[in-house]
Amino acid sequence: MGLQDRKSYLLDMDRRKFLKIFGRSAAVASTGALYGCTSQVGKGSPVVPGEVPVDKMTFRECPATSDKVSLLGYGCMRWPMKPGSDGKDEVVDQDAVNGLVDYAISHGVNYFDTAPPYVQGLSEAATGIALSRHPRDRYFVATKMSNHRLMGPDVSDEDLYKASINMYNRSRELLKVDYLDYYLLHSVGAGDGIPLLKKRFFDNGVLDFLLKEREAGRIRNLGFSFHGDVKVYDYLLATGIRWDFVQIQLNYLDWRHATGRNVNAEYLYGELAKQGIPAIIMEPLLGGRLSNVPDHIVARLKQRRPENSVASWAFRFAGSPAGVLTVLSGMTYMEHLQDNIRTYSPLVPVTDEEKGFLEETAQLMMKYPTVPCNDCKYCMPCPYGLDIPGILLHYNKCVNEGNVPKSRQDKSYATARRAYLVGYDRSVPKLRQADHCTGCNQCNPDCPQGIDIPNELRRIDQFVEDLKVNG
Amino acid sequence: MLRKIRIGAAVVCFTLITLLFLDFTGTVHQWFGWLAKIQFWPAVLAVNVGVVIGLVLLTFVLGRVYCSVICPLGVFQDIASWIAGKRKKHRFAYSPALNGLRYGVLVVFIVACLAEIGSLVALVSPYSAYGRIVSNLFAPVYQWGNNLLAVLAERMDSYAFYTVDVWVKGMATLVIATLTFVVILILAWRNGRTYCNTICPVGSLLGLVSRFSIFKPVIHTDKCNGCGLCARNCKASCINPKAHQIDYSRCVTCMDCLESCRQGAITYAPAYKARKKEVDTVPRVDETNLSRRRALSATVLVAMATALKAQQKKTEEVVMKKDGGLEPIKERKEPVRLAPLVPPGSSSVRNLTQHCTGCQLCVSVCSSHVLRPSAGLMTLMQPEMSYDRGYCRPECVKCSEVCPTGAIRLITKEDKTAIQIGHAVWVKDKCVVNTDGVSCDNCARHCPTKAIQMVAKDPALTDSPKIPIINAEICIGCGACENLCPARPYTAIFVEGHEMHRMI
Repeated sequence: MGLQDRKSYLLDMDRRKFLKIFGRSAAVASTGALYGCTSQVGKGSPVVPGEVPVDKMTFRECPATSDKVSLLGYGCMRWPMKPGSDGKDEVVDQDAVNGLVDYAISHGVNYFDTAPPYVQGLSEAATGIALSRHPRDRYFVATKMSNHRLMGPDVSDEDLYKASINMYNRSRELLKVDYLDYYLLHSVGAGDGIPLLKKRFFDNGVLDFLLKEREAGRIRNLGFSFHGDVKVYDYLLATGIRWDFVQIQLNYLDWRHATGRNVNAEYLYGELAKQGIPAIIMEPLLGGRLSNVPDHIVARLKQRRPENSVASWAFRFAGSPAGVLTVLSGMTYMEHLQDNIRTYSPLVPVTDEEKGFLEETAQLMMKYPTVPCNDCKYCMPCPYGLDIPGILLHYNKCVNEGNVPKSRQDKSYATARRAYLVGYDRSVPKLRQADHCTGCNQCNPDCPQGIDIPNELRRIDQFVEDLKVNG
Repeated sequence: MLRKIRIGAAVVCFTLITLLFLDFTGTVHQWFGWLAKIQFWPAVLAVNVGVVIGLVLLTFVLGRVYCSVICPLGVFQDIASWIAGKRKKHRFAYSPALNGLRYGVLVVFIVACLAEIGSLVALVSPYSAYGRIVSNLFAPVYQWGNNLLAVLAERMDSYAFYTVDVWVKGMATLVIATLTFVVILILAWRNGRTYCNTICPVGSLLGLVSRFSIFKPVIHTDKCNGCGLCARNCKASCINPKAHQIDYSRCVTCMDCLESCRQGAITYAPAYKARKKEVDTVPRVDETNLSRRRALSATVLVAMATALKAQQKKTEEVVMKKDGGLEPIKERKEPVRLAPLVPPGSSSVRNLTQHCTGCQLCVSVCSSHVLRPSAGLMTLMQPEMSYDRGYCRPECVKCSEVCPTGAIRLITKEDKTAIQIGHAVWVKDKCVVNTDGVSCDNCARHCPTKAIQMVAKDPALTDSPKIPIINAEICIGCGACENLCPARPYTAIFVEGHEMHRMI
């Protein structure tokens, strides 16, 4: 779930606290009773009321290994953080992670997806600690060969190979496992496409090494995750190598309206279906962009299924195709985990009519000129201190809320201006705002959504400058 | 009745003037900015003849009502004294005037003015002393209160309040403000208006006039029973009950004696006996002194002894780039400027030092956090600019609007775009284009006058990195480039101040 989800959730909680302070706790409590919140849901679930079933999870079977994988997979790239003991660096809130993992496993979730660079490089260790407290046959763990993050300007094939093998071994060590259930070539299709792919996996022999590891049983399923250049996708599927699964970005917006360098999910999924390769879905919710939507779209979705969350539509869509093995969600908060478990316990597949409805919804959403940032933070840290996702997410929030005035003649110019500027300082510290972007371009290759980050930041900076000058 | 009117008027003036220093949104200024401009010493510095004559006439007619109604420091002392009086009634007593001290201070004050020792002037001038106390001691409390509301507003998804930065703008000024506050508080707590009648140069000056004022409290000896209650309630300690005399040079016409007298023996009425002579004019600031502001001694300009050669040693180990996290941001360090930067509207460094009384009003309203009090010995507490927290924004001319003394004269936003207060200087060895080998055009991109352009470092190369060049002729010195320069702790571009501002 994205920053916005988190924020809106926090906001919700804070509102509650605030109301309580002012002696209106009774009103809140009675709303709770109205919705019939049960103790199982836990206190303060703002998303959707109702029980969280323990044994109703939908499972899909992986053809290569006959693994019974839960349709909800846990993405481990957004673990909750807390300030470190030195007060400066953030560390993973391990207790919270353990709690989330225990809850997920006890409600049927058995697929956990991590990668070496996730959460400032802390994800594998935290995930390993949480999972190792459970029997090894209760979960499947997936991690990745993220050797695109090892590439300096002139790393030799030999050095890259060595560093890659180290990365692979270290993953097993941190995850405290002898074998990896799922292993992925991480983010192929990025950068310049085929040349980068060759340099990462073919020229240096890393792929041969991984295929041997699969034969040895230390990798049970081998696949790749894809963003970007479709040539790479087609190339890999045509190599003749047996891919046990492929991870793609799929949601009702990307199905036919992929942005930037992304490829329509309809095509990506279709290619896999042809070859009978199971698909693992990432970005089903676009980092919260499909749950944090303009009011009238909320109304449109909620009107049809008033008791289900906005996010549940996105998850039902992503989980409906039969070739989908699991749908990953990076859940930071218990409430999001509970909501997603509910959606998939069991899955109610979207009907053809509903697919049409979601396509119409996608068309409506595209009228909002948001920046397709999913808050994955791959671009961070910016060497000049900017909070890139913070800046983009604030912009998107204001777009959705109608606080991005086009001109001073707009009726609500003054209120929109204030909301934008005051909210900007609240969301992003002054020294990390867009006016500090040097345009060094170091972030751009890292964006899996293909956003031209410096360009967007400059556009936003100019917009903010205009707001400031025209008070 | 008269006393109640005096108290009512004083409370209104005092509250509004205090708000001038507290309100960072500029709303109060729109309506009540003039209250700062009718303060005596600022009006003198601004050569605001109308106000000065008005105040002298007011004093000549009614006595020193200026001191008990308009002067915020006077009212502040009354409040302190009033609280102390709750504990102990009838606590004052007559004391003879310390003429040597008060006129000594007055002479020193005038000499300091003529010699342009702004720090000394600012130290004793009552309005600036009060401004300093509010902006240094009360404003942070006010702003913290605001920030608390901002937090609540944020939780309610409201944009009614926003957070402001609370920071120490000048250590020396903070210390002086605290000392002034403590000393005046103690003096007022114990003896009422001691400061006004022994130190305050404005008090001494107006005392020279009020001596001959038309209306004044008069003791009618026929009704007086000599109880001395009036003297014991006189915070100026100026009533000699034995002699039935009032020292009108020290009386601040607070009317307390009128109400304390149970015999009704004191009235506020025209005193026909003392016909005054013509009042001499107030000393004006003379512009003959040529004490030239000395530029600071030679400066080791940010000449980088060690040019960090971009020798990225080939690291043995291949390091993984991780996702997320925020790069720590280094504190800024102030560049060494040959001449101080003073705000547009001040015309020149000299004009500012001559006219500024160090009241901190401009510093309080500077929403970009550019202005802060100087720590220089001669210019202590007078404003100067620095671009570490923000830059002089094109849409803001607040300091010129609020300045009561003419140190910063009123300018429009249009004027501002053409006033050159300094010019930018590029420091080659700090520029990230050279140090980090990346492209950056942040200075050029944000320059409001397009005085900076990016040119190829090596004209022979087609894909040469670009470096900024500055057209100092059209640079206005706003500091956007300096503030937004990514190089830290010293920026690769900074603004050198100009002693004389000019129009471009």
